[in-house]
Amino acid sequence: MDANKLAEQFQQKIDADIKIEPQDWMPDEYRKTLIRQISQHAHSEIVGMLPEGNWITRAPSLRRKAILLAKVQDEAGHGLYLYSAAETLGITRDEMYYQLHSGKAKYSSIFNYPTLTWADMGAIGWLVDGAAIMNQVPLSRCSYGPYARAMVRICKEESFHQRQGFEILLTLSKGNAAQRKMCQDAINRWWWPSLMMFGPTDNDSPHTAQSMKWKIKRFTNDELRQKFVDVCAEQVKFLGMTLPDKDLKWNEERKHYDFGPINWEEFWNVVKGNGPCNKERLATRVQAWEDGAWVREAALAYEEKKSARKYAFQNTAKSTENAPAFQ
Amino acid sequence: MNIHITKFFYGDYGEIEGGAPAPVNNREWPLWEVFIRSKQGLDHKHVGSLHAADAAMAIENARDVYTRRMEGVSIWVVESKYIHASNPTEAGALYDPANDKIYRHPTFYQLPDELKYM
Amino acid sequence: MIIMQEQTMPAEKENAQKAKIDALLHLADDSLIMGHRCSEWCGHGPILEQDIALTNIALDFVGQARNFYQHAAALLQQLPNDMALALADFDITPASITEDSLAYLRNANAYKNHLLVELPNGDWAQTILKIFFFSNYRQILFQQLLKNSDTQLAAIAEKSLKEIQYHVKWSGEWVMRLGDGTDESRERMLKAIDYLWPYVGEFFNCTEYEKTAFELDDTSIDLLKQTWLNTINHTFQLATLPEQTFGKWYQSGGKLGIHTEHLGYILAEMQFLPRTYPNAEW
Repeated sequence: MDANKLAEQFQQKIDADIKIEPQDWMPDEYRKTLIRQISQHAHSEIVGMLPEGNWITRAPSLRRKAILLAKVQDEAGHGLYLYSAAETLGITRDEMYYQLHSGKAKYSSIFNYPTLTWADMGAIGWLVDGAAIMNQVPLSRCSYGPYARAMVRICKEESFHQRQGFEILLTLSKGNAAQRKMCQDAINRWWWPSLMMFGPTDNDSPHTAQSMKWKIKRFTNDELRQKFVDVCAEQVKFLGMTLPDKDLKWNEERKHYDFGPINWEEFWNVVKGNGPCNKERLATRVQAWEDGAWVREAALAYEEKKSARKYAFQNTAKSTENAPAFQ
Repeated sequence: MNIHITKFFYGDYGEIEGGAPAPVNNREWPLWEVFIRSKQGLDHKHVGSLHAADAAMAIENARDVYTRRMEGVSIWVVESKYIHASNPTEAGALYDPANDKIYRHPTFYQLPDELKYM
Repeated sequence: MIIMQEQTMPAEKENAQKAKIDALLHLADDSLIMGHRCSEWCGHGPILEQDIALTNIALDFVGQARNFYQHAAALLQQLPNDMALALADFDITPASITEDSLAYLRNANAYKNHLLVELPNGDWAQTILKIFFFSNYRQILFQQLLKNSDTQLAAIAEKSLKEIQYHVKWSGEWVMRLGDGTDESRERMLKAIDYLWPYVGEFFNCTEYEKTAFELDDTSIDLLKQTWLNTINHTFQLATLPEQTFGKWYQSGGKLGIHTEHLGYILAEMQFLPRTYPNAEW
């Protein structure tokens, strides 16, 4: 079958909402786009453990400590699901790590911002996880089977993340003056970076069209961002706090909230590695990986020794079995 | 595999072009496929994969990774390299014939509605 | 006069009550500090799968700490307030005695954990070995507690044992992997044994409150000690690590509130928020 015919059949399947599975024929570009997107998504989960992991030992109650531990652990789990999904496309996890550690692969810029107070745990849950969920729910219907299945699992587990974040903020908003100040400050610092999580405006994302045609992406950046603003502008009222945007107001005609301009210069700078924590985050990941090298090697060496011993034992057993009884 | 593309959307932040390809590492822990029985009486179902140095570790990892919310009562693991899969290009030959054998499905048979427990 | 009667207790009963509170705080502090140290690995493990495994163990420890603190808090709440505050040995007087005030408002010298658990994580070998020593100790101690006359304590022990069995298995397998893995991993295990062994004697150097509350006598303590050593040596043998014996001298004091310098740093980090804003809700 020639390539054109295959490509045509492939697109027909996508159009009919039939999932693509690992062994199916797929265009090279589709495979590459998926590997990049899934692995970067995985890297984001892993790097994303660090800003929140910072606060596990400082969580202000035992209940909060347990919740935060479980949440950061979930992120490790999500990274693992995603790395596994990417591995079905013919890349190893080690290769993906190499891309991350060498600075070649990117991850979500949001994790290059520092977590400065306990309220940041709330703001991350509410805004950052909220923005992530808004992007991830459509991805659980994406055309590539293993990715879609990983996303279904992730979305199911994510729902508690956003709720626990909002609960932290809600508690702070009802607390003393220092706590309320902490709450507003965290919202101020995380609001704009969260909006940037949806990516550049549609005009600046020339490849969105192809990804939408392949059903790797199902809504445009701006569509999702608008939806997020509309939701948050209402939710913030429950906290008695404000979003740091003087242009934010309901537009009756559009039936949406209007919001102020995003600082894209900051966005591109953080993407390029000039964010407040880029170097630190990456260095931490590299350090953990390098410090773990001897551990990984020891486990392999032990398994090899063990199988060698088992093999030697089986062979001895066999040779006596086969020996004539009368000798 | 050596991939360099620049593109930007959610979960895709582009990457720096060029650079050396990843060095070959054949000391990676092997990949295992995980199957979980969610409750007694059900089949084991494929839930995903993970890396482990040996089978005992793979089962423990599966417990830690895939049953954090009490999703399972029994775990199977098998090293991924031992999985043999059917070839999707032969899917027609393998599965299409079953399409005509509708007599294999219980709804093929028309029986009076009054007939119970069948 | 009636008021006086209500506030005084027979000396013997009071001692038993004090022993029980001390013992519960001791168990809770051990669990919390273990959980704290294990949680420091979260995000820094040698491979993703093991990061998740160790975080699970950290979660188990925090969960156990909460159960013990809650039980202690419930008992303290039944006592006259002054007495309860004195028994718990708070640094800042809390609005109420809860699992959180017990964890967050006591100073290092009120903490009663073993010295072993507060030692720094070091490398993977040291962390694994610490969990291995500690969970084996916990396993045999908690099997004793199943028969304890305090049914709540027995119930917590029973629930915890399920988790501990897994910690014992998981850490034991790692001891074998590292002991019999590569030259480097073996070297690191030997170093870890050197570093941690002086602290294991404290497990069996029982305080009066442990003897009373855990219903132990010298014979049963000796039995625990032997069982523990045999279990450790059995795994060490499989791991090709040298057989260990108890020395005549070991580090101790943690169970009576005299700690290493490490605990102060742990608590400074852990307690700073509730101490900065006393009685705030989180």
